[in-house]
Amino acid sequence: MSDGLPTARLIRRLLVVVVAMFAFGFALVPLYDVMCQAFGINGKTAGAWQGAQAVDASRQVRVQFLASNAAGMSWEFRPVQDELEVHPGASSQMLFVAYNPSGVPMTAQAIPSIAPARAAAWFHKTECFCFTQQVLQPGERIEMPVRFIVDRDLPADVHHLTLGYTLFDVTERQGPVARGAQ
Amino acid sequence: MSAVIDHGHGDHPHGPAPGLMRWVLTTNHKDIGTLYLWFSFCAFLLGGSFAMVIRAELFQPGLQIVEPTFFNQMTTMHGLIMVFGAVMPAFVGLANWMIPLMIGAPDMALPRMNNFSFWLLPAAFGLLVSTLFMEGGGPNFGWTFYAPLSTTYAPQSVTFFIFAIHLMGISSIMGAINVIATVLNLRAPGMTLMKMPLFVWTWLITAFLLIAVMPVLAGVVTMMLMDIHFGTSFFSAAGGGDPVLFQHVFWFFGHPEVYIMILPAFGAVSAIIPTFSRKPLFGYTSMVYATGAIAFLSFIVWAHHMFVVGIPVAGELFFMYATMLIAVPTGVKVFNWVSTMWRGSLTFEAPMLFAVAFVILFTIGGFSGLMLAIAPADFQYHDTYFVVAHFHYVLVPGAIFGIFASAYYWLPKWTGHMYDERLARLHFWLSFVGMNLAFFPMHFVGLAGMPRRIPDYNLMFADFNRVSSLGAFLFGATQLLFLYIVIKCIRGGEPAPAKPWDGAHGLEWSVPSPAPYHTFSTPPEVE
Repeated sequence: MSDGLPTARLIRRLLVVVVAMFAFGFALVPLYDVMCQAFGINGKTAGAWQGAQAVDASRQVRVQFLASNAAGMSWEFRPVQDELEVHPGASSQMLFVAYNPSGVPMTAQAIPSIAPARAAAWFHKTECFCFTQQVLQPGERIEMPVRFIVDRDLPADVHHLTLGYTLFDVTERQGPVARGAQ
Repeated sequence: MSAVIDHGHGDHPHGPAPGLMRWVLTTNHKDIGTLYLWFSFCAFLLGGSFAMVIRAELFQPGLQIVEPTFFNQMTTMHGLIMVFGAVMPAFVGLANWMIPLMIGAPDMALPRMNNFSFWLLPAAFGLLVSTLFMEGGGPNFGWTFYAPLSTTYAPQSVTFFIFAIHLMGISSIMGAINVIATVLNLRAPGMTLMKMPLFVWTWLITAFLLIAVMPVLAGVVTMMLMDIHFGTSFFSAAGGGDPVLFQHVFWFFGHPEVYIMILPAFGAVSAIIPTFSRKPLFGYTSMVYATGAIAFLSFIVWAHHMFVVGIPVAGELFFMYATMLIAVPTGVKVFNWVSTMWRGSLTFEAPMLFAVAFVILFTIGGFSGLMLAIAPADFQYHDTYFVVAHFHYVLVPGAIFGIFASAYYWLPKWTGHMYDERLARLHFWLSFVGMNLAFFPMHFVGLAGMPRRIPDYNLMFADFNRVSSLGAFLFGATQLLFLYIVIKCIRGGEPAPAKPWDGAHGLEWSVPSPAPYHTFSTPPEVE
């Protein structure tokens, strides 16, 4: 069997391809987030938005609020109001009630999603309880704000947006932290 | 290694070592090919038994035979074992046996790695099958193992499932490297790339697909492992991850994987049809380019498995058009097989029966695939039995019949005996009828709305499910006939000449039947 230099070099190159494709698989993880944000798809909203816009009083958009618990999450979680009519460019706020009925401190993470997905690029949150984990002591009830601006450049055919949150129990991930010790 | 002292081939026959250790330690491509083929046959029978359990439960509406959780393990393991244990190792076995013979090489480029590649498989599948006996049962999340069903909600055995996939993936990658090195570097002088048999071409392209996408599969199961055990959140929304990401990464592997499972069959059929038509293959060059085009396109269509997850319209359209485009080079190949037969001197021995059935039935499977490619229509078809019908038509009369055709075609070369032609034709006809009875009705129940992966169903689907189960039982039982035919051929039969098929061409027919343990120790002359 002739197994000289050409074969050894080929094997090395093929192994490089294998390692590179393994790395590519992992690279797909941040690439996926980048693509979602760049194209404003998957209903994912970006992080905190800095900035302000002039109010467009000629137009109104209905923003609806949904709150749901992930499987196994016991908290009461709901918006104070189901919907708001807002002007694009105006800064608006909605409060969400969260209540921990259990006997132990728990930590929750809210994950937002926007429908229609293509409108996510024009929905800016300047402040949101979803940016951080929320810790509630047993029996504690709070009202958490989300402040948002609907961009003036929202496509003209979008009249109605839905901002939905899913609340996950992440107590085991972070461990319960006493209030005030953050 | 080429400075071999030539004793004269009659003096010291270089045969295999005696005893069982021969099989453990062999580096001979023929032995390893045999090991892979027997392994794949065992996996085929095991995966087939799981299918029998599935069809037994689905024979009638209601839950009669198994619990739903066990049913889910059966559907999952049937898929995993057939894809990774039966189809892929069978093609690797055929590659090991035939590629060196077809290109005039004495063995594969890396014989010891070849041995290791094989022996990883019994380890991997022993591990996988053992999960059925573990606390909580075996994998029950479908062969596509979407997260978080396969991470947060999986049984304890999922970690062993992940390790089994790792082992099997390493085996496939090493096998693919071996094939590429062999085909690129060990061809006999005069055997240019465009003179190679199409089986070697399709395996070369398949090997490139394997080294490109198997590492991605390794990556995705590693991410699962990290989510399960190390607190990461690749696929968990709670931690900022995304279940849809799993689908993207999995199917980036998954779609090329299904082409990995069919391209070698294309190559085999491209050898068999010219032989039994006594005509050269029509359009050799276009066949090579069409195979390359299919392989390239296979990388950019993965999201057609995900049309319903919420991809924006532009994305859906892209994947729809790209998927439809694959029909073009595939159509070229089908046309070329038919044109090869046109005005040929046809005889229908068993290899030809399976090859012709392949062309017709694989094309039918391709048509249902084209229907599934239409994104808006797929919203109705997705996760119904229509999909099950599609992939069983391309895999069973596609890959499996391709393997049967290859087995009958090359058994005389491997064993030195002709197989029993009458029994082989019986195997063909029973398989053909059984397979069509099993899978054709699935088109109808799928279009009528029967979902996949369910142990019980609406009464309106009962009649077709009964037919399907009867066909499946027939198909399954017939494979025991195939086992008998193979064993009978190994043990004896009419002695086979070096070239038992008068229309055959290729270097493998220039060596005696059975092929000597070492062939082409000196390279042959290739005109």
